[in-house]
Amino acid sequence: MSAPAPDRDPVTGRLTTGHEWNGIKELGTPVPRIVFIGLTLGALYLIVWTILMPAWPGINSYTRGLLGIDQRTSVEARVALARLERAEWTQRIETEPLATLASDPQVMNLVKGYGKTLFGDNCQACHGGKGVGNSGFPNISQAPLMWGDDLDTIHETIRVGINAAHPETRFSQMLAFGRDGMLGRSDILAVTDYLLALGSGASVDDMTHGAEVFAFNCASCHGDNARGSVDFGAPDLVDDHWIYGGYRQAVFNSIFTGRAGHMPSWEGRLSKADLRILALYVGWLRENQP
Amino acid sequence: MSSLTRDERALSSLLFLVLTGFGFAFAIGGRGDPLAAHGWIMILFGLAGLFMMLRVWSAPNPPQSSYDEYFDAPTKAGIILALVWGVIGMAVGAWVALLLAYPDFNLAGPWTSFGRIRPIHTSGVIFGFGGNALIATSFHVLQRTSRARIPDQFSPWFVLVGYNLFCVLAASGYVLGITQSKEYAEPEWYADILLVLVWVAYFLIYIRTLMRRKEPHIYVANWYYMAFILVVAMLHIVNNLAVPISLTQAKSYSLFSGVQDAMTQWWYGHNAVAFFLTAGFLGMMYYYLPKRAERPIFSYRLSIISFWGITFMYMWAGSHHLHYTALPHWVQTLGMVFSVVLLIPSWASAGNALLTLNGAWHKVRDDAVLRFMMLAAIFYAITTLEGSFMAIRPVNSLSHYTDWTIGHVHAGALGWVAMITFGSLYALVPWMWKKSQLYSKALVEVHFWLALSGTLVYVFAMWNSGVIQGLMWRTYDESGTLTYSFLESLVAMHPYYVARTIGGTLFLLGAIVALYNVLMTIRMVERTSENVAPDLPATAPQAVPAGE
Ligand code: HEC
Ligand code: HEC
Ligand code: HEM
Ligand code: HEM
Repeated sequence: MSAPAPDRDPVTGRLTTGHEWNGIKELGTPVPRIVFIGLTLGALYLIVWTILMPAWPGINSYTRGLLGIDQRTSVEARVALARLERAEWTQRIETEPLATLASDPQVMNLVKGYGKTLFGDNCQACHGGKGVGNSGFPNISQAPLMWGDDLDTIHETIRVGINAAHPETRFSQMLAFGRDGMLGRSDILAVTDYLLALGSGASVDDMTHGAEVFAFNCASCHGDNARGSVDFGAPDLVDDHWIYGGYRQAVFNSIFTGRAGHMPSWEGRLSKADLRILALYVGWLRENQP
Repeated sequence: MSSLTRDERALSSLLFLVLTGFGFAFAIGGRGDPLAAHGWIMILFGLAGLFMMLRVWSAPNPPQSSYDEYFDAPTKAGIILALVWGVIGMAVGAWVALLLAYPDFNLAGPWTSFGRIRPIHTSGVIFGFGGNALIATSFHVLQRTSRARIPDQFSPWFVLVGYNLFCVLAASGYVLGITQSKEYAEPEWYADILLVLVWVAYFLIYIRTLMRRKEPHIYVANWYYMAFILVVAMLHIVNNLAVPISLTQAKSYSLFSGVQDAMTQWWYGHNAVAFFLTAGFLGMMYYYLPKRAERPIFSYRLSIISFWGITFMYMWAGSHHLHYTALPHWVQTLGMVFSVVLLIPSWASAGNALLTLNGAWHKVRDDAVLRFMMLAAIFYAITTLEGSFMAIRPVNSLSHYTDWTIGHVHAGALGWVAMITFGSLYALVPWMWKKSQLYSKALVEVHFWLALSGTLVYVFAMWNSGVIQGLMWRTYDESGTLTYSFLESLVAMHPYYVARTIGGTLFLLGAIVALYNVLMTIRMVERTSENVAPDLPATAPQAVPAGE
């Protein structure tokens, strides 16, 4: 209330208005010109741009803008254009046999680039970089494949998945011999040691019990020599690739509680061409084992 | 607490009883639901409050002379709360940063997974740190620039205590998995109702005190604080309109769905940035910066014009968070043009602050407290320039979903919000506790350099990683296919995430130094000598009518 008389600010030489709040005086500096210029330019930009582009709402509709641009139509046009450009090679990939494609260096160049990206976005989280696997997820670039490793088979595995939701999915299961009471602990231990010995190349002549258990219970799926069978999708148990681990406890667990890995099916999620590129890429990885 | 009158103590006890009652209702009715845990928190809070009331129950009414002094106790409490929440919120921020670089640092399974501690960070720093600082400083600025005391003791305490209960419910809820999944509006319906009550009381304090003011005009800082209070109330109520699935369950469903829900959320989200993280802190800046520099605001008129510019234009800008989405194109156009024009009042504010320092630059050099405020104004200018740029649709198509946004956020949050807060609190603490000076000027200096280097490391790391990320996601090769997988972009981010963790930790250390320095100031520094001009409200019986 006690408005002191206006005084002059020593730094700027301007008058204060006499208003003061707890020691902060009101300096009468006018608003700099540049601010008004900025506001005017801003307003011009606002008006022009909203006339050109879809902008102002009405009751039922909105102003379309003089340029006639709309994000929906422009994105549709760009997608169509991109599809057209890609059609050159997607057509070939969709129609020619995989084996032919695999021997075409131009196609394989594309596979090495785009296939890698596709693999990184869709497969790497489970199968690891370059497909070398993780615990629970098989090495698909170096290990023998459970379902077979010609390109068409790989393509089929990717398309329908394993134990997946696809109506034609591949189906495979390792039975829970221990948990379901088909074999006792000692039998399982015997066959575990038998398998580990087979794998390490040691002599199995004196492991008759293990060999017997294997022949009776396991050979039907894993094959007489335990080298796996593509008919059942049962893995090779002699090589040193293991899905769930090759140490004694892990092998014991596989036999005791069984296993049923889930490989998703990709048909419907990836385009036809993408599926085929992935098959070619997995094939290429297997040939050029990293 | 003994500053409350007997009636106010009775009223407070009643409210604590009501809170305890609701707590029991939730704890019992909500058995088997996470709500029960919140019931128990409310019971604890209510009983602790009751206990405190009972301890001072028989104390006499405060002397009449206490009405001739400003009411600063809630401000003091708010300062400490802000600093404590700041340390907690930033420590969790550093943890979130560590998790992004090394995901294995999740210590307690689902409870401390990324998705749950990230909102603890955002709410902890925005609401806990920022909110308490705004409440504390607004009470101070309001009284000093009106030369009037807050009319009663109860309502500021109600605001502060209620608000912090809200913050506790928010943070503990996230750990338990309670969330509405709306960013910055995660707390569920009952916490939202509590905040509405608190906010109404907050606004009334403002109105009632301003009606008692002894200055003919309302100082500009109060305009900003009031816009902050009023608009946040509006945003909060609209965005949180929801129907709980039952009164004994935490979960609720929003009234909005689909693109309307998204637009409501980002209308809220952006204006939370505008009115919580900007307008409120501009209010802070317009008082403490001229005070500390002992200079008048360069152009008072400009500060008013900027106020109306910011208030008017921010309201339109929310849709720039939803560019290239299902939101109709016309809404995006409006959001974009208003965001671009918003640069002018924003830069006018920053320029006004910096020009205020003319004639005081030697103080900026010597006084780290003022330097904090100066730096805040510079970062405010950087952040708003960046924001207006990012709001342009083609630019946003690169920056959106990337760490560039995170860099922008923290240029604003660390550089602007936190720096102006620290500067203001350093200025305020000796005034509030009537101390001759801060405990250690050297520690303020240490804090300044920790904060500046931390911010620079953080922001540059995120700018780099954001742009790299954005480019990797849109690089096509000649066959028209993407060159990089998402995983490759993650791998490329890793070094920046490590750098961000380091930068954030520097900033956190600074905040810890600040808390220590403030506590030591309160405990160790001698009181101001008596012959300093007293800091008292005008006791003149009658206010001059506004508009004079
Ligand atoms: C969710 C994890 C997961 C993802 C993602 C995944 N896979 Fe698999 N995949 C598996 C598992 C598990 C198996 C083994 C199934 C089994 O043990 O029966 C498998 C098996 C395979 C096999 C067959 C192995 C054989 O021995 O015959 C191929 C080939 C394969 N995956 C390729 C891919 C490709 C290509 C992709 C990306 C499009 C992919 N996978 C994505 C989990 C995954
Ligand atoms: C019904 C066919 C079937 C029979 C019978 C069967 N298995 Fe399997 N076995 C499988 C399949 C299929 C898998 C792969 C499971 C998967 O990955 O999901 C498997 C996996 C395994 C594995 C884990 C391999 C790895 O890489 O980690 C071991 C070990 C194993 N079997 C041992 C045995 C033994 C020992 C027996 C006999 C006691 C046996 N299996 C009988 C089908 C069979
Ligand atoms: C010690 C300092 C800090 C560190 C280490 C830190 C770290 C982080 C991290 C890691 C994220 C998550 C980013 C992501 O999800 O990619 C984040 C988000 C966020 N932080 Fe901070 N932060 C700090 C300080 C602050 C402060 C002081 C504020 C506000 C005043 C703040 C406001 C935010 C906001 C609003 C988000 C969400 C951003 C978005 O969703 O776009 N931070 N912070
Ligand atoms: C002129 C002023 C500003 C404009 C035009 C602006 C614009 C933008 C834009 C375009 C985005 C990115 C949206 C997206 O792509 O998702 C954004 C995000 C954000 N900005 Fe600003 N900004 C401004 C000032 C500020 C200031 C001063 C702060 C203070 C801290 C701030 C805090 C944030 C936050 C927290 C986000 C992240 C929101 C989220 O996604 O969670 N902005 N802003």
